[in-house]
Amino acid sequence: MLLRHTPKEITERKALMINPAKTCQPIGAMYAALGIKGCLPHSHGSQGCCAYHRSTLTRHYKEPISAATSSFTEGASVFGGQANLLQAIDNIFTVYEPDVIAVHTTCLSETIGDDLPQIFDKAKKEKKVPEGKTVLGANTPSYVGSHVTGFSNMVKAMAALAEPSTKKNGKINIIPGWVEPCDMEEIKRLATLVGAKTNLFPDTSGVLNGPLTGEYKMFPDGGASIDDIKNSGSSIGTLALGEWCSADAARLLDTQCKVPCAILDMPFGLQATDRFIDALRTIAGTSVPDEIAAERGTLVDMISDMHQYLYGKKVALVGDPDQVIAMTEFLVAIDMCPVHIITGTPGKKFEARIKEITADMGHKVNVKAKGDMFLLHQWIKNEPVDLIIGNTYCKYIARDEDLPFVRWGFPILDRQGHQHFPTVGYKGGLRLLEKILGVLLDRKDRDDPEEKFELVL
Amino acid sequence: MGKAQKLVQWTPHNIKEKLLEKYPPKVARKRAKQIMINEALENTTPEIVANVRTIPGIITMRGCTYAGCKGVIMGPTSDIVNLVHGPIGCSFYAWLTRRNQTDGINEGNENYIPYCMSTDMQDSDIIFGGEKKLEKAIQEAYDLFHPKAIAVFATCPVGLIGDDIHAVSKKMKEKFGDCNVFAFSCEGYKGVSQSAGHHIANNQVFTHVVGKSETEKTEKFKINLLGEYNIGGDGFEIDRIFHKCGITNISTFSGNSTYDKFASANQADLSAVMCHRSINYVADMLETKYGIPWIKVNFIGAEATAKSLRKIAQYFDDQELIDRVEAVIAEEMPAVEVALQAVLPRTKGKTAMIFVGGSRAHHYQELFNEMGMKTISAGYEFGHRDDYEGRHVIPSLKVDADSRNIEEIHVEADPVLYKPRKTPEEIAALEKDGLEFKAYEGLNPDMAPNTIIVDDLNQYEAEKLVELMKPDLFCAGIKEKYSIQKLGVPMKQLHSYDSGGPYAGFKGAVNFYSEIDRLVNSRIWSYMKAPWQEKPELSATYCWE
Repeated sequence: MLLRHTPKEITERKALMINPAKTCQPIGAMYAALGIKGCLPHSHGSQGCCAYHRSTLTRHYKEPISAATSSFTEGASVFGGQANLLQAIDNIFTVYEPDVIAVHTTCLSETIGDDLPQIFDKAKKEKKVPEGKTVLGANTPSYVGSHVTGFSNMVKAMAALAEPSTKKNGKINIIPGWVEPCDMEEIKRLATLVGAKTNLFPDTSGVLNGPLTGEYKMFPDGGASIDDIKNSGSSIGTLALGEWCSADAARLLDTQCKVPCAILDMPFGLQATDRFIDALRTIAGTSVPDEIAAERGTLVDMISDMHQYLYGKKVALVGDPDQVIAMTEFLVAIDMCPVHIITGTPGKKFEARIKEITADMGHKVNVKAKGDMFLLHQWIKNEPVDLIIGNTYCKYIARDEDLPFVRWGFPILDRQGHQHFPTVGYKGGLRLLEKILGVLLDRKDRDDPEEKFELVL
Repeated sequence: MGKAQKLVQWTPHNIKEKLLEKYPPKVARKRAKQIMINEALENTTPEIVANVRTIPGIITMRGCTYAGCKGVIMGPTSDIVNLVHGPIGCSFYAWLTRRNQTDGINEGNENYIPYCMSTDMQDSDIIFGGEKKLEKAIQEAYDLFHPKAIAVFATCPVGLIGDDIHAVSKKMKEKFGDCNVFAFSCEGYKGVSQSAGHHIANNQVFTHVVGKSETEKTEKFKINLLGEYNIGGDGFEIDRIFHKCGITNISTFSGNSTYDKFASANQADLSAVMCHRSINYVADMLETKYGIPWIKVNFIGAEATAKSLRKIAQYFDDQELIDRVEAVIAEEMPAVEVALQAVLPRTKGKTAMIFVGGSRAHHYQELFNEMGMKTISAGYEFGHRDDYEGRHVIPSLKVDADSRNIEEIHVEADPVLYKPRKTPEEIAALEKDGLEFKAYEGLNPDMAPNTIIVDDLNQYEAEKLVELMKPDLFCAGIKEKYSIQKLGVPMKQLHSYDSGGPYAGFKGAVNFYSEIDRLVNSRIWSYMKAPWQEKPELSATYCWE
């Protein structure tokens, strides 16, 4: 047993976090910054953070993750990191020539109180920022919220670049939230089918799912351009996908540029995708093509075809709040029973939403925000489940408890595919369903006695 | 890349110039001192600048002091609860990401490696201090697990807000009575790299654990293996060989280690040092306090393994052991030879670059030599000058302002336990027979003339080196892997071994030969261009045959 010291009996912990279902802010900011075209993320702190964040993103995407750091020393940690950041900006523009540097902070620079805007002003005055280049920044203290908060803070910093305009360009801003590059592609594909002109940011498609060609581009062709981000102030509306990831940026666009916004769930599963498509066509004033209706119908068809294997199956689910909320709704929609639900990210709304979604299930649901995977494991020991859905760290629980396991969320360190095959939209729903059914039926095939072993399922 | 391959023959001086030409003048001056062309003269090598602060914004490969302390030295220990005092990230990123394997995984043992424990500091802890939360977290860990020991690690904000983790640990240790609690002030901003964290870990483990064991070790040939972290099972393979030879490994620092093994380290009669950088402090302290001499060994490479075993046997000066070691080598080598001959025709003459932490950039050259491959450029992330130039430069090393605050602890001979393992005459005789004590010659003398040695290589220089020198293989870590592969160059991770291994010892050499053969001779690297990209011009209209 890998986690043999986890007792079944649950005692309340007030200070000790074990096996977290979250990590810290800056990695989210780094991921968001990679969704800006020509952007080098920069970590204003000591260099260990940057190395860890790059490594984790690289292990998840199997792609190069470039980011620079201020490399604080003890001296800078006491007297301030201004000189380090000024030097870094100069070196980065000279050596790596990005169009944009997106700076985030760490617990170090936040604790000492470095003032990013003041340092940026100084860099500009000292001509360390070349003509036409952009430096933006977000405060991402690691001791507040989680990686999701850091993502949101960097997206908000992007929205802050938006320029108010009285002339609308007919586009709809879509803030996709922390989804995979392929998911961003899928969201764009759906929007195009609906006939909506969109401005999507951040956009990591083409950045973190690139080809192998014999040429290394530190700044691949993908990403949302700074001009597009600035023009988001001219859009007719904003669709923010995910309260935790995207709402702050959307609200800022509303207050700053008077671009009205709607905050939706991330389009995972049937109903959340329905609402997304419906909102898109309403704002764009278009009608939804039959092609999308057919995609939807295919998903409903697959649910009905395989319903007997899904019905009543108990699921433990762990991940980031926006994703987990949408997934819970999908599981309930296909008559599965999510019974243990954890996110590591704080936020009271999470528990309320999950309770609302699962209210009619007729089954007690354990739910906790700011929870950890140690507690999740204890819940599973007390009430076993048929399936666990979450990131790679779940594999330790899955193995110990002999559970079918679907990898979904961040980070996935031990499998490929998640960066290439979307799980948003109706097509993504098909893939989620295929994965869920695959592990459930593999388990049935493994466990059925020989006389009950079936060819056709 | 593509068509114009190897048309230009660069000299090493050209290459160095090219690496520096894009830098702002100040940066170029600094980097010039960390990039050297190896001249490998008889007794001296040119001086390199190392262990200095990282240039901001340069995209370094380096990590931090916390990583060197918790991640590297203490991470592999299975039955000590490692509790990180800080916001969640530091603990999360060091959670199972280094592949130090443990047989603590077996039932009956304590094994906390799959657990990630943190005080998960919040803004209120930053404002009002986190000592109370730390105290409570230690109590909760004790109540849940009842471990032998709890180790507490500081992260960046801990030092800044002034939490006294040592006082809290001491208080809890006294309160528990049956659980050793000790702390590491390994804030990420200390020093300039992981290296400072090694030093801090060495000091605290030596102070709080070594010598604390009550059980007496009575085996005949007792050694400590220092600086071996059991990545991919390296330590298991080395232990297998020791066992066959009749050598007892009292403690490995710190692959597959346990509290009791650390605590018994003072009972060994020899320390064998693998990774000089990370553990030479413990090696020196074991000698000063307990009288245990140390020698440098290397179990990376079959020849190196045989050589290291012979050194250990020579030290114990026991004919039975010497014969046994020779018998084991004779028994193990044929399989190695078969594996080597199978790959040699395909690996001979190929070139490699190695940029890894603080020791592997040197050790792995043995394996490449065996395969007929030449290392044309190498360097460390965080080696010190002695790791490049040899320990003879240590007296001339100046501790600069960035590393001055790393604690140096003073150790004296233990009034009870100090026992010189050899008389000065015995030592002198062994030295006369070629066994060197407290000696490490470093990376530079083992590299060919005109190879390029780079300290703290960065993204820009890595790309430039590959572009100019076109190696057949590039070795570094996960952050470098995919950018190098995008260039169409095979890349081998020598931190994580790309989930492979072991690569140490005899079986490890066999694994490594076939892995490198697979990589450098893979068909993948011929797929970079689609047929229509290789011949884009249409010379005639297509006609059906």
